[in-house]
Amino acid sequence: MAMNSDLRKERDAASFIPELLTHVLDAGAERTRRRREIEALVLNDPDFQHEDLNFLSRSQRYEVAIRKSALMVIKLREYGIADPDEIYWFKSSVHRGRPEPLDLHLGMFLPTLLTQATPEQQDRFFMPAWNLEIIGTYAQTEMGHGTHLRGLETTATYDPATQEFILNSPTVTSIKWWPGGLGKTSNHAIVLAQLYTQGECKGLHAFIVPIRRLGTHEPLPGITVGDIGPKFGYDEMDNGYLKMDHFRIPRENMLMKYAKVEPDGTYMKPVSDKLTYGTMVFIRSIIVGDSARSLSRACTIAIRYSAVRHQSEIKPGEPEHQILDYQTQQYKLFPLLATAYAFHFVGAYMKNTYRRITGDINQGDLTQLPELHALTAGLKAFTSWCANTGIEECRMACGGHGYSRCSGLPDIYVTFTPSCTYEGENTVMMLQTARFLVKSYTQVSSGQLVSGMVSYLNDLLGQRIQPQQVAARPTAVQLNDPSSLVEVYKRRAASLVEAAAKNLQAELTRRKSKEEAWNRTSVDLVRASEAHCHYVVVKLFTAKLSEIGNPAVHAVMTNLCLLYALYGISKHTGDFLQAAILTDAQVTQVYQRVKELLAAIRPDAVTLVDAFDFHDAHLGSVLGRYDGNVYENMFAWAKKSPLNKTEVHESFHKHLKPMQAKL
Amino acid sequence: QACFPNGRGVNPDLDVERKAPSFSVERLTTILDEGAQNTKLRREVEKVILSDPAFSRENQYFQTPPEQYETAVRKSVHLKEKLDQLGWAEGGVISEDLGFNIHTVFKTSIWELGTSDQIAKWIPLADKYHIVGTYAQTELGHGTYLRGLETTATFEIATQEFVLNTPRISAMKWWPGDLGRSATHAVVLAQLYIKGKCYGMHPFFVPIRSLQDGSPRPGVLVGDIGPKMGMNHIDNGFLMLHNVRIPRENMLGKFSQVLPDGSYVKQGSEKINYLTMIVFRVTMLAKEVLPALMKACTIAIRYAVVRRQSELKPGDPEAKVLDFQTQQQKLLPQLASAYAFHFIMGYLDTFYSKGCAEIKQGKFDSLPELHALASVLKAVLTDRCAAGVEVCRRACGGHGYSLLSGLPSLYCRLVASCTYEGENTVMLLQAARFLIRCFGLAQSGQPLPPSVAYLSSRSFGKCAARDQADFLNPDVYTGAYKHRASRSGRIPATCPAHCYYIIVENFVAAVEKLGNEAEIQRIMKHLCDLFALNGIFSDLGDFLHDGYLSEEQADMATASYLDLLAVIRKDAVPLVDAFDFSDGVLNSALGSYDGQVYQRLYEWAQKSPANTQVRAQHGRVCACDRRRRCLWFWLMRSECPSSCLNPFLFSPSCTGEPGLQELPETPLPEGSEQAVRTGSSSSEHGWELPLFLERSLRASRASLEQP
Repeated sequence: MAMNSDLRKERDAASFIPELLTHVLDAGAERTRRRREIEALVLNDPDFQHEDLNFLSRSQRYEVAIRKSALMVIKLREYGIADPDEIYWFKSSVHRGRPEPLDLHLGMFLPTLLTQATPEQQDRFFMPAWNLEIIGTYAQTEMGHGTHLRGLETTATYDPATQEFILNSPTVTSIKWWPGGLGKTSNHAIVLAQLYTQGECKGLHAFIVPIRRLGTHEPLPGITVGDIGPKFGYDEMDNGYLKMDHFRIPRENMLMKYAKVEPDGTYMKPVSDKLTYGTMVFIRSIIVGDSARSLSRACTIAIRYSAVRHQSEIKPGEPEHQILDYQTQQYKLFPLLATAYAFHFVGAYMKNTYRRITGDINQGDLTQLPELHALTAGLKAFTSWCANTGIEECRMACGGHGYSRCSGLPDIYVTFTPSCTYEGENTVMMLQTARFLVKSYTQVSSGQLVSGMVSYLNDLLGQRIQPQQVAARPTAVQLNDPSSLVEVYKRRAASLVEAAAKNLQAELTRRKSKEEAWNRTSVDLVRASEAHCHYVVVKLFTAKLSEIGNPAVHAVMTNLCLLYALYGISKHTGDFLQAAILTDAQVTQVYQRVKELLAAIRPDAVTLVDAFDFHDAHLGSVLGRYDGNVYENMFAWAKKSPLNKTEVHESFHKHLKPMQAKL
Repeated sequence: QACFPNGRGVNPDLDVERKAPSFSVERLTTILDEGAQNTKLRREVEKVILSDPAFSRENQYFQTPPEQYETAVRKSVHLKEKLDQLGWAEGGVISEDLGFNIHTVFKTSIWELGTSDQIAKWIPLADKYHIVGTYAQTELGHGTYLRGLETTATFEIATQEFVLNTPRISAMKWWPGDLGRSATHAVVLAQLYIKGKCYGMHPFFVPIRSLQDGSPRPGVLVGDIGPKMGMNHIDNGFLMLHNVRIPRENMLGKFSQVLPDGSYVKQGSEKINYLTMIVFRVTMLAKEVLPALMKACTIAIRYAVVRRQSELKPGDPEAKVLDFQTQQQKLLPQLASAYAFHFIMGYLDTFYSKGCAEIKQGKFDSLPELHALASVLKAVLTDRCAAGVEVCRRACGGHGYSLLSGLPSLYCRLVASCTYEGENTVMLLQAARFLIRCFGLAQSGQPLPPSVAYLSSRSFGKCAARDQADFLNPDVYTGAYKHRASRSGRIPATCPAHCYYIIVENFVAAVEKLGNEAEIQRIMKHLCDLFALNGIFSDLGDFLHDGYLSEEQADMATASYLDLLAVIRKDAVPLVDAFDFSDGVLNSALGSYDGQVYQRLYEWAQKSPANTQVRAQHGRVCACDRRRRCLWFWLMRSECPSSCLNPFLFSPSCTGEPGLQELPETPLPEGSEQAVRTGSSSSEHGWELPLFLERSLRASRASLEQP
C-alpha cells in the first residue's frame, strides 16, 4: 500500500537527511549498516515469526518466548555472532525489546560463573550451562527484602561433618521472590544467602543451588519453586519464588573465587571487592540506553500518528488539521523527542566511559570507580524516571487509540516501568549520588578541590564570603547558546547541592543521629541529585553538538538541545528564580523561546523520529507504522481479536438470553 | 474485617499504627459518607454483595481478556437478578467488574434526546434488558471534534426511512463500550442529510443485532476492537453500516424532527444537552476517579508500614519504609489530594444542584460557568488521580508491579478517564476560553460569576509571611494561590492554577465547617495545609515569579511543608482506614486490613495458572533422541520440532552432583519407539565460545592465577 500522503509530505519537507543522523546515533555509518544487516537476519527469518502477542494468553506468550530464545541461542552460534553489541541487536530483534526467560541465564548466571567461580567450578558448571543443560538464574531479592542487602534472611549453614551447606528459607519474608526465569525455566540458581560457619555469620555469599531434577524437571526434595503470578507486564518472563527447606549442597557449590570456606569450616575473607562496581556501572549504562530507546519508540509512534490524525479546524472552514499542528500537542511531544536524543548521548557516554575505565581497571587503576559508581546511580534514576513519565505522555497524546494494545504503547510502558525499581530503586539511587555530592561539597568546604563531573562545586569556594549568594553572579545568560545554558544548569546544581548540604548540617546540629539527620534531609538531597543529573545531561547533549559535522543536522540538533535545556528550565523555574540565577524577565523569555522552538522543530518532527530507524516490527505499533496507513490496519488488527473468533459470543447464549427470558 | 486467613491476627506493624489515632476513624468515615446512616447502608450492601460467591474476584488477575469479558457479563446478569430479588436500586460496590456500563448511557440518551413516545417505547425494554444498548459517537478517525464525524443518515421520502452509511474506513464507529459483543441496539450519531442538504449531527436509534440469535443485522458489520491496556472486561467495539434502513420515527426527536415530507423542524433548546455531559463528568469523578485514588492510597500506605527496609539507626531493626522522608513525600501528598478532592466534589455537587434547578426553570445563565467548572475539574482530577495511583504503585517497589497488588489494574482503568468524557487538553482549553472571557469582563468592570469573582479583586501585594509558621495560616497560602490564579499569562497553565485555587479555598472552608469535631478538624487542617504547601513546593517558580514570594519565604514554605510530612505520618494508617474499603473491594495482596502481606502474596501466587496447570509429563517422553531429557519437551509440553534439538542437550558430563543425577530412563510408551529419531546431532562437537565470553573467561582465569 502507498505511503500515507501526510507522512510523505512531512518527509519531503525535511531540512536534513535522516540517514546522517542515524549514523550519529549508531556511532558511524558502518555500524548502521551492520545493525541493519543483523536485524534483517532475524526479521526475514521465518523461524522467528509468530502470532500477534497481543492476542495470546500469558502462558502462550511464555511459550513463544522460550521457543524464540532457544532458536536465538542456536542461530547466534551458527552465525558466529559474538560482539556484545551485535548480540544485543540480534536479541532485541528476536524479542522486540521484551524480556525473555533466558535473560537471567545469559545475563547473570553465565557472567557470574565467569567472574566469581573458581577454575574447578567453571569446569563443572560453565560448559553445561553454556550448552543449556544447566539453566540458571540469579536469586537475590526476597519477598520482604530488596534494596537493603544486609537484611536478606536466607541462610547457608556449613556442616563440616558432611562438608555440605544447608540452605534454608526460615520465614515467609525470606522466600526468594522475583528472579526472572526462576518460576518454570531454570534448573539451577545462584542463591545469595547469609553464610554461617563455626557459629558465626559471615555475611552474604553466593551458592550454586540445583533446584530441579535434570531430565524430569521436577523440583528437588526440599525445594519449593514456582511462578509469582501475573504482573503489569513481563508476560514472557516466569519471575519466580524459591523456598528452601534445609536443602543440602556440597561445599564446592559456594562460589569461591574470592571468599572461601575450608573443609573444616574455616572462613577465608575475600580480598578487594571493588570490581563488582564495574558490573553495576555497566548494567546502569544499559538501563540509560534502554530509557533512550524506549522513549524513542514511544515518540516515533506518537509523532507519526499525530501527523496522520486530523482533528478540528484551526480556522473556520479549513479542513481538519493534523494534530501535530496544535501547539498543545507539540508541547507534549517535542520536549520528549529532545529528551530521547539527550538520553541516547548520555547512554553512549556512559558506555564509552565504562569501556575506558575497565581498561584502567585491568591495569589496576581503580581510582575513578567510586565516582563513576556514585554518579551513574543518579543517571540511571534520572533517565528512567523521565522516560517512564514520557512514555505515558506519548501514549496519552494518542488519545483513545493510545489505550488500545494495537498502539504498542501500553506494552512499551509496562515493559519499561520496572526499570525504575530494579537494579537499584530510583530514590535509593538518587540518594547514593547525593552522598557523593555531599562528600565532594564537604571536601571543597575544607579547601580541597574536586575533579570530574562535580568540579563545579569548586566554584563555591570563591564565594564563601557571601554564603546566601552562591550562584548569584552578574548574569549574562544567552538563551540561544547551549553552552550558556550549561552554565545556568551548573549553577542550579551548585546551589541545590549547597542548600542540601547546609540543611543536613543544620539537622545534624539539631539532632543526635547522623542517619536521622540524613533522613530528614532526604527530599532536599534527592532534589540536589536530580539537579546534578540534569546538568550532566544538558552538558553531554551540548558537547555532542560539536561532533556533528553536517550543517543541516547540526542546526536541527542545536534546536533540540536548546529545547531540552529551556523546557527543563521552564519546568523548574522555582530553582532558577530562588537562587537568582535567572530573573523574572528571563524566565518569561524562556517560556516564549520554548514556543518558538516548537514551531521551528515542527517541520522536521517526523524526520527526526525516522532517524531513530526503528523497523516496524520493532515498534509493534499500528499507529506508528512507517507508511502511516493507520486506520485500515487498525481494522485488520481488530478483526483478529480473540473476542471476534465467532460472530455471536457464547456468553449471549449462556447468560444474556436466559436473563431476557426471565425478566 | 473479622475474617483473617488461617486465623492470623493483624500484622503487629500495622496494628501498632492503629493504637493511638488522634481522631475517631469511624467518625471520619461517617463524615466521608455524609452521615452514619449512609455508612450503615453502604456496609450492608457490601456485605450482601461480597458474601455472594458469584461475585468472587479471586481469579480476577489470572484471566485472559475474553475470560474477563465473559465474567463481566455473567456477573452483570447475576447482579441484575439479585437486585430484582432484593428490590434494590443498585449494588455499586463491585462496579469495577461489570459490563453494560454504556447501556446506562444509552438509556440516558433516550431519556434526554427522545420524545415522550420514544421514551415510553424503548426505556421499558432497556430496563428489562430485552434490548442491550450502546451509545455510538466516536469514530475511528474522529473523536473530540463532533462536527468532523462522517457517518451519514440520509432521509428517503419515498420509503419514509433513514439510510445509514459508513462512507469510509475512518468513519467506522470505534470504541463504544458494550458494542463489540453485547449490544443489540445503538444510539448512533450521524450527519443528517435531507434532499442533499446536511443538517449536522443527530442521534438515531439503530437495531444492530438480531434479538433472536444475536447475529448482526443485514448491512451491519460489528465486532470487538481488540485488547486494551485495561478494561478488558468491556467489549469496546466497531460498527460499520452499509445502507442500513431505519424508520423515520427512529431519529431521537426531542430537539429536532424530520417530517414525512422531508421538512426539518427544530424545537426547544439543546443547551440542556450540556447538562447531560456535565452529569456524566460529575458522576465519573465521584464514582470512579476519586475512589481509585483512595484505594491506591490505602494499599500503598498500609504496605509502607508493613514493609521494612534498611536501618535508620545502626543496630536498629530495619525501618518501616513510611518512616523515610522520601516515601512520605511520595505518598502523603496523594492522601491529602484524596481528601481535598473529596471536599471539592461536595462543592461541585452543590453548585450543580443549584445550576440544575435554575436550568429547569429555563434560566441558562449559570450553564457556562458550570460547564467550565466541570471541565477543568474533570481534567485536573483525572490527571492528578491517575498520576497519583501510579505514584502509589511505584512506591510499592517491585511488589507494586505484581497484578496481585491490585495497583496496575487500578491504574489501567483509571488512566483511560483522562481521555474519555472529554480529552483533558481539550477540557482545559474549553475552561480557558471561559476564563479569558471572564477576565475580559473583569477588566471592563462587569460583574463575574461567583467561582471566578476573585478575578476582579485586584489587590496584588506580596506574601505577608514572616516565618515558617505563617505558612500554616490558610489566609497566607490561599492568598498565594489566588495571586497565582489571577495572574494572566500562559493559558494552558492558567486553568489548573484557577482550579487549584478553588480546591484549596474550598478545602479551607470545609475544614472550618468541622467546628464540632475538634479532633477531626485538627487532622483535616493538617491535610489541607499539606495539600496547599505541596502545591507551592511543586510549582515554586509560579509563586516566586513576579516576586509574590521572596526567596526566603520560599524556603519557609518548603520547610513548613517537609515538617508537616512527619506530623501526618503518625495518622497515615487511620486516615486510609477511614476510607473504609473492605478487603473484597480492594482485592489487593498488599493492602488488606490485616497487613498479612507476604503470606497473602505467597498464597495468591500459588493460584496462578502457571503453577496450577500440572504438566502432563508422567509417562510421556519426547519422540526425539533425547526422550525424557529433551528440554523442549518439559518446557513446551509437546514434542520438539527438529530445530530445537541442538541446544537442548543433557550430556552425561554432569553427574555426580546432588540434583544432577539422571533418572533411569523409563520405557517409551508403546508405539512411540519408531518415532525416535536416530543420527548424530551437531551437539556432540559443541560450540565455540563467542569471543567476548572467551576473553572474559581467560581474563578471569588469569586473574586467579596471579598471587
